[in-house]
Formats: sequence, C-alpha cells, structure tokens
Amino acid sequence: MTKKTKIKDLTDEEFLHYGSLSCAGCGAILAFRHVLKALGENTIVINSTGCMAVVMQMAVPKIPYFHVLFENGPAVMSGVEQALDILGKRDDANLLVVAGDGGTADIGMGSLSGAVERGHDFIYLCYDNESYMNTGGQRSGTTPFGAATSTTPVGSVIKGENRPMEMRKDVPEIMIAHNTPYVATASIGYPLDLIDKVKKAATIRGPSYIHVFSSCPAGWRSEPKDSVKLAKLAVQTGFIVLFEHEDGKRTFQHLPKKRKPVKDYLELQGRFQHLLEDRETIEKMEEFVEKRLEWIQR
Amino acid sequence: MTEEFFTGNRAAAEAAKLSRTQVVAAYPITPQTSAVEYISQFINNGEMKANMIRVESEHSAMSACVGASLAGARTFTASSSQGLQLMSEVLYFASGMRVPTVMGIANRTLSMPVNIWADHQDSMVNRDSGWIQFYCANAQEVLDNIIQAYKICENEKVLLPAMVCYDGFIISHVAERMDVLTQEQADMFLPEPNGSNRPLLDPKEPLQFGEVVYPDWYPDFEYKKHKALLESRETILEVAREYNELFDRSYGLVENYLTEDADIVFMGLGSLTSTTHWVVNELREKREKVGVLKLRVYRPFPDKEVIETCRNAKVVAIIDRDIGYGTTGMLYPDVTRALYPLDERPKCLNFIVGLGGKDVTPETIMNIYKISERALKGEEVDTVNWPDARIYD
Amino acid sequence: MGLEKHEKFIMKAKSTLVFEPGWSEDNLTGAWRSERPEVDEEKCTNCDICWLVCPDACIKREGGKIEINLKYCKGCGICAEECPVKAIIMVREESD
Repeated sequence: MTKKTKIKDLTDEEFLHYGSLSCAGCGAILAFRHVLKALGENTIVINSTGCMAVVMQMAVPKIPYFHVLFENGPAVMSGVEQALDILGKRDDANLLVVAGDGGTADIGMGSLSGAVERGHDFIYLCYDNESYMNTGGQRSGTTPFGAATSTTPVGSVIKGENRPMEMRKDVPEIMIAHNTPYVATASIGYPLDLIDKVKKAATIRGPSYIHVFSSCPAGWRSEPKDSVKLAKLAVQTGFIVLFEHEDGKRTFQHLPKKRKPVKDYLELQGRFQHLLEDRETIEKMEEFVEKRLEWIQR
Repeated sequence: MTEEFFTGNRAAAEAAKLSRTQVVAAYPITPQTSAVEYISQFINNGEMKANMIRVESEHSAMSACVGASLAGARTFTASSSQGLQLMSEVLYFASGMRVPTVMGIANRTLSMPVNIWADHQDSMVNRDSGWIQFYCANAQEVLDNIIQAYKICENEKVLLPAMVCYDGFIISHVAERMDVLTQEQADMFLPEPNGSNRPLLDPKEPLQFGEVVYPDWYPDFEYKKHKALLESRETILEVAREYNELFDRSYGLVENYLTEDADIVFMGLGSLTSTTHWVVNELREKREKVGVLKLRVYRPFPDKEVIETCRNAKVVAIIDRDIGYGTTGMLYPDVTRALYPLDERPKCLNFIVGLGGKDVTPETIMNIYKISERALKGEEVDTVNWPDARIYD
Repeated sequence: MGLEKHEKFIMKAKSTLVFEPGWSEDNLTGAWRSERPEVDEEKCTNCDICWLVCPDACIKREGGKIEINLKYCKGCGICAEECPVKAIIMVREESD
C-alpha cells in the first residue's frame, strides 16, 4: 500500500448533495461519500438498483451518474468504457460501478464476472449490508448464518438464515479466482483504509474490485449510532477480514491481534437477538471465524 | 455502388461497417452468429474502426450498447430468439433511455419445443417495447434498412432504437445478388457518428440518468416516447426519400404489389411475401384479382397505408408467421384494429403459417388463396386458419 | 451549467421532477431527527473523526471549529458515539 492518507489530507469537497434519502446511520452512503472523495470529480458512476440507487434520486450526485438495472451495471460500464476508448476519451474519467450485495453476489454475478474477465478498466464497489435492504431486508447470498431477515424470519421451528456460514457467497474470493488485478475488502469502520484502497484501485489499468462492509441499522435492527462501531467490531471479532490482494499476494489491514468474542458483535444487532443465549451456535460461529482466519492467512 | 453476392448476415455486418458503427456488443446465437463473425473479421482486418465487446449474455449485449450510446458512440448488436427474450428487460431500458441503437434480428422461433429455424415469434412478442421495427424480405433490404435506421434513430425528433428483422436461414444464410454502397456513398448519407445532439455521460458536464419518475409525472414521459415512435413515420419516409434520391432504391412504410384493383389482398412480413408475389403472378395470369401488401415497417404501425390499400378489397388474408397463444396471430389484431373505423370493412382472415421454419411454399399460399376465395364468394370460413399444420382432432 | 443545450429534453414544471442539480437539497432531512448533536468546544480536540464518520457530511471542520449543519443532520448519533473524547452529546429535540 502506498502512503497512508490522514484525515487532514482529505478534501473537504463533497460529491453528494444534502437531503438524500438514506436512513439515519446508513453505512452504504458513508462508504459512497468517501469513495467519491477518493476518486474526485472525474468519475462516472454506474449504479445498479439498490439502496444507493434509490437514495441518489433527486439529483444527489454532483458527478455523471447512471442508475441502471439490477444486474447490468458492469455490462453498461463495459459499453461506456469501450465507447470512451474508441472516441479517444478513455482517460477522462474513472469508471465506478456501484451495487449492493444482492446486485453483486446474486443477480449481477454474471455481468460482473464477464466484465472482469474481459479486463475492462473500471472499479467495482460492492456495499455489503448482507441483505436486500432496499426492498425491506430480504435474505441475499451474503446473509450470514443465523441472521433474521424478512425472508429468513425467526419462527418457532426455524430461526433465521439456516444456510451454513461456510456456504455464504464470498465474492472477494470469487474475484481473486478471476485473477482480478486488484481485490480489496474494506469496512466503514475504517474510512481511511477504504479511501486508500479506492485510490489504489484508481491506479490499476484494468478491473479492480472493492467489497466494503457497510452496516445497516434498518436491516440489522441496530442503533443508528452503532453503524461505525459495528463495522469495526466485525473486524475485531474476525467476522470480516480486511485485506488487499494483488499479484497473487494478500496483505492484511487491522487484523485483530486478540480477537474479540463474537457475542460483542452480535448483541448490538436485533437480527441476532435469538442467538445470544444459543451457546452451541455461538460456539460454531467462533469456530468458523477461527478456521477462516487461519485459512485466509495460509 | 458495387454488385455483391451476400447472405443476410453478411449484409447486416456490411451495413454496420458502412454506418461507421463504433461499439458492437454481441453474444452468439443461431442463426445470427455469422453477422457478428463478419464484423469481428472486419475489425481484426482493420477495415472497421470499432470496439467489439464479446459479452457474456444478450442481457449484457444490449446493456453495453446503451452504455456506449450514452457515452456518445454509435452502437450495433444482433440477436435471435432466446437471446432477444433474455434481452427483453433491456429493450425497454434502451427505448426508455431514448438510445438510438440499431439491432439486427435474425428471426427464429422461441423454445419450447427447441427449434432453431425461422418464424417471427421472437421479434413479434417484443413489438410493443418502444422500438422501431423493420421487417426485410431479402438481403438487400437488410443492408438498406440498417443504414437508414441509423439516420432515423439519431434524428432528434425520434431518438429511439430500431430492430431490423430478417428471417433466420431463409435470409440470414442464403446468398443473394445485391447492390452495396461504397463507404464514400454511406458517408455521404449518414452524419458523423457523434452523440452531440443528445445528453451524454461526461464529467465535464455532469448529468444524472435513470432518475425515478413519480406517478404524477410518469404518463407525461410515456406519452412523449409513444408520440416520438408514432411520429417517427415521417422521419422514416423522409430518410427513405433521401436514400432513394442518392441510391435509386425506393422504400416506404409498406410495399404494394398489384393491390389497386385486388379483391383479395395478402398481407405479411418478411420473406414469405416474396413467395406470395410469385403466387399472385400465377393467379393474375388466371385473371384472379389478387395483390400483396408487404409491411416494411411494423412499428410504428402504418395505419394510413394499410387502410388505403385494404379499403377497397373484399377479403384481406393476414398471414402471421407467429401466434399469440390463446388468441390470433399478432399481426391480425393490428390490421383489424386499423380497419375497424371504416364503414365498409373487408372480411379479414388470419393464416398462421411457417412456424418453426416450416417452408412457406407456393402451395401454402395457394391454400390461403382457396380459403380466401371461398370467403370472397360469401361462404363461412374460420377466421383463424392453420393451412400448413396437421390438425389432430 | 450547460443544461440549456438539453432544454428540449427537460419539461418545465415545479414538482417532483428534477431540473437542477442538488434538487434534493429542498428535502430538509433535519426534520427527521429526534436528537441533535451538540459539541462541547472545550473538550473538542479537532481530530476531525466526527467529520470523517458523518454519513451525510453534515459536519463542517473549517477554521478549526466543528459546526453541525442542522438543516440536514438526521440525528443518527454516530459522531457522538465515535468521538474519542466524548465532546459531542445527543440532545433530545423539543417539539416547538
């Protein structure tokens, strides 16, 4: 990683107008705010349907912005990129595709995989709040095991998402398997780390993928004030691991020396309330987190 | 002008090259494939300055064309059947964004059952997607319609996408003698491809595309788009006149053949109308007053021209190479709807033929004639007929 | 700002349709909150973390002083939660 950005270095310029429709304490818009700060005004945003697309209505972005269909962000970007190229205007703009976890891991996976495989020069940002939040918090391919969502509710028989944790769709690893030149995970708990990774992505000639963990008070039924805290706790408990992957090598950021107990993270979220007394599930989660930390640092 | 011997797919590729298309995003599907293969060869030979995006699906093909068009490039793609269906969500996305892209459709039926041969099911089920639709009877028309389509679609009064449909295999893979414009001639006819007359994605002039439009405003947008499609007929005729003056090939919205005094008018789309020409000649030799009305443009629907041709006919035999399951062929209601206001209306019969590539032979057309003749004589006949299907009662 | 060129694509009317950039700024999201942040200037060390973590960029940091844009602040409380010296407290809004 190149020089680390400090808070004082950051521009005071904002690229989103006030009055946007994001919920109080929204993690995704905090991520989007800093991503645009990192990229600056010469950026064209292609935004798939999702929370951000709805929130961007009423001319919130100050940069060229195109709200596209749920699954064709990367394909639309491919057209923009190849058009700018043939018109001799390719260097004018960063091309940023933005989508949520559903738009990326589920419905848009084909389009993303194709655009990366073709090697277009763009940055893909997935804001992962682990459910289809725009439509009310239905379960997605990245919803964690145990989480209560509107389509994996807590019932008397089945309690929350019962698809095992290790079967959760791990998009950053999928992108690494594509030999994507630059893959990074980030979290709104560490905005400066996110900004540095976006700046790094902007220097890559070819596709780069950034997966930003972004809390969602509405969907997780957490306090709006805890959005940044939760995004840090997710890292401190090992639930998510911050890393960069480039030239076949992985470097880690904010790797917890001593992992906090998973329960510290779960107890601040309504979607996990039904698990707090379930010692066996908590055991399994601790085990999963340890195994994964081991595997990812292999 | 050069004399060539091209298949329909080759003509489509040539038209894309002559039109100086800049971004081609396509996914292979029989029978469209060789059109995109030719374009790939042109590009790799340096004959065509364009970027080819070999996308991973037709959904992405049209999405890329929309993106490229909104970045200012002239775009082309081609597809068929299942591909057009997978793309259908994006057809509305393209016409809704008023993107002047042009697409070749090598018509092929829709599964299931699986079938790779020609009928109009694929483009007809997408007839109301806000796209201009041309139907070609031969490879010459494929070339001419695609080149004219760019001038039509990019006109500020139109700004809508267009499909140029031609029968799979029958036209796409059959080579025919045709006259092909030189690049200089095409450049004389088509303006420089730059999107400057419409809003673009450009950091120097930030704009937001794809806004939500609330209920209060939504009808206004829909009406504007609908009106543009309806009124595009004027631009289509204007461009056709200009094309004819330059290249001596005349096009209208429809083509009439011996319909002035016809009692029975055959109506249809695509290559089956050429077969009908041949049968009409046969019947005319036997003093039968018959004629053929071929629709070149199916959307916007040429109401005026259909009324003018059919008002004096006694029987109109509307030949659909498609079927609206549970109702009639899809061309039939358009024609009867157009003729409805007439005080005296001809008897309208619907014939479903050639589905899944079944050959529309002179015998098929002759069967249509026989049924129409019985109706002409006042006999009771079924409104919807399947002359080339075995009916198992 | 260059929009004239596209006049013909923009319909004139005042309503939910957008004609100017930043049309959303008519939407005073400050009305949503039930608590507002208040800064204790003695405690504040100008570390700018609150400015960094505000989802809606409602905190100004120019001139070494923190200023909350109460027209748009949604009262989420992240600034108060993340302030390392607890210089920001959330104060209940009274109905005027």
